[in-house]
Amino acid sequence: MDFLRPASWEEALAAKAEHPTAVPIAGGTDVMVEINFDHRRPEYLLDLNRIGELYEWEVGERDVRLGAAVPYTRIMDHLRAELPGLALASHTVGSPQIRNRGSVGGNLGAASPAGDAHPALLAAGADVEAVSVRGTRLIPVEEFYTGVKRNALEPDELIRAVRIRKADGPQAFSKVGTRNAMVIAVCAFGLALHPGTRTVRTGIGSAAPTPVRARAAEDFLQAALAEGGFWDSGRIITPSVARQFAELAAGACNPIDDVRGSAEYRRHAVAVMARRTLGWTWDAYRGNERSASCA
Amino acid sequence: MRVNFTVNGRPQEADDVWEGESLLYVLRERLGLPGSKNACEQGECGSCTVRLDGVPVCACLVAAGQVEGRAVDTVEGLADYAGRRSAGGRAGTARGTDIDEARRWQARPPGARTAELSPVQQAFIDAGAVQCGFCTPGLLVAADELLERNAEPSDADIREALSGNLCRCTGYEKILDAVRLAAARADRAEEAV
Repeated sequence: MDFLRPASWEEALAAKAEHPTAVPIAGGTDVMVEINFDHRRPEYLLDLNRIGELYEWEVGERDVRLGAAVPYTRIMDHLRAELPGLALASHTVGSPQIRNRGSVGGNLGAASPAGDAHPALLAAGADVEAVSVRGTRLIPVEEFYTGVKRNALEPDELIRAVRIRKADGPQAFSKVGTRNAMVIAVCAFGLALHPGTRTVRTGIGSAAPTPVRARAAEDFLQAALAEGGFWDSGRIITPSVARQFAELAAGACNPIDDVRGSAEYRRHAVAVMARRTLGWTWDAYRGNERSASCA
Repeated sequence: MRVNFTVNGRPQEADDVWEGESLLYVLRERLGLPGSKNACEQGECGSCTVRLDGVPVCACLVAAGQVEGRAVDTVEGLADYAGRRSAGGRAGTARGTDIDEARRWQARPPGARTAELSPVQQAFIDAGAVQCGFCTPGLLVAADELLERNAEPSDADIREALSGNLCRCTGYEKILDAVRLAAARADRAEEAV
């Protein structure tokens, strides 16, 4: 094994181009487990710890450009207003020690269907900045996941950053596990309301081979909210609408039975989380509307 | 490969380090610092918690090569670390022992065991928070960092800060007591000043 320690982003790209089998390591919370257990013996480890810009973020007009290695702790501490769904999801990652090291770039690189960041990214809307010596391309996050632990990166590409839409409305994240800390999701659900465009977006984790959006559920809810005039009236969402949304969300799942839970349980739990997150976000939306009209 | 870094304020050099080796292995097997415990090797248990440039991390998940040029503080240096902090010095940046200090050094007479403890270590002893002791080093490092950041933690803050540290003797209540005790003593000490 060789340990590559590029001092700059350009050096890292050159190293990845020269050694396409090199495994990037930043927080190490996935990679080191595989090495410790002898599940993986990469020819090269490509250490990204010295590349400062991967640990920085920029808040722009439309997006937050989140450096690939920004630890979850910093997202929770500094980006709660811009990325509320991702901040909530970050808080459910592992433990403080893990959140001090783990990052969204790592979640994307590992592309586990159970990665906690994925539902939040899918719901907010995001593009992955994949870079190689050949150039930069933006991959919409829903096209980034290509299979169980597979992603759309080319062998010579590294993740530089994720461009995540800033919240323009309430967002929620929900995760099922056996306890609060140190839990790999049995399943998870992210929901973002986008009042500006009167759309809703969802993300489902750990209930299909890849993280997925529940598109039929999104389409149904958008139509129901529009037809019922809910965005303007701020009325409570009709229980039958919420129920239908939940059923469609469960329908978007393609889960398996495994040690963490059965497929049937996952479908059921996703429906419950879809209904609840809709309730929470809609309450927040109505609350905002009310305080805005009072002011 | 060779790794140079600072451990508990002292420059250290580890040789013949395998590229896939963890910081935990280097500390325990190459530098003779077995305080950080090796249990799960997957970041689940927190018993290998150390501070990397001040930040609590699982040493088993840090690749040895990643600590090149950086500062690591382990439970062995906790009393020192806490001492420097209360002396107003910037924790984690101490130099090692210089030659003049070393010349003045004298072995303690046998029997005079005056091992210095950090306030959080003393509180763990006084509260009975140590059972088998395996999880204790990780908990001490995590608890010390919590109190450095938040002198008056709520119970929820304590639970959150220690949520990555498992105790299989299930002595959590006493551990919570110990953290409260350390916080209360620091509070009183401050009033007395």
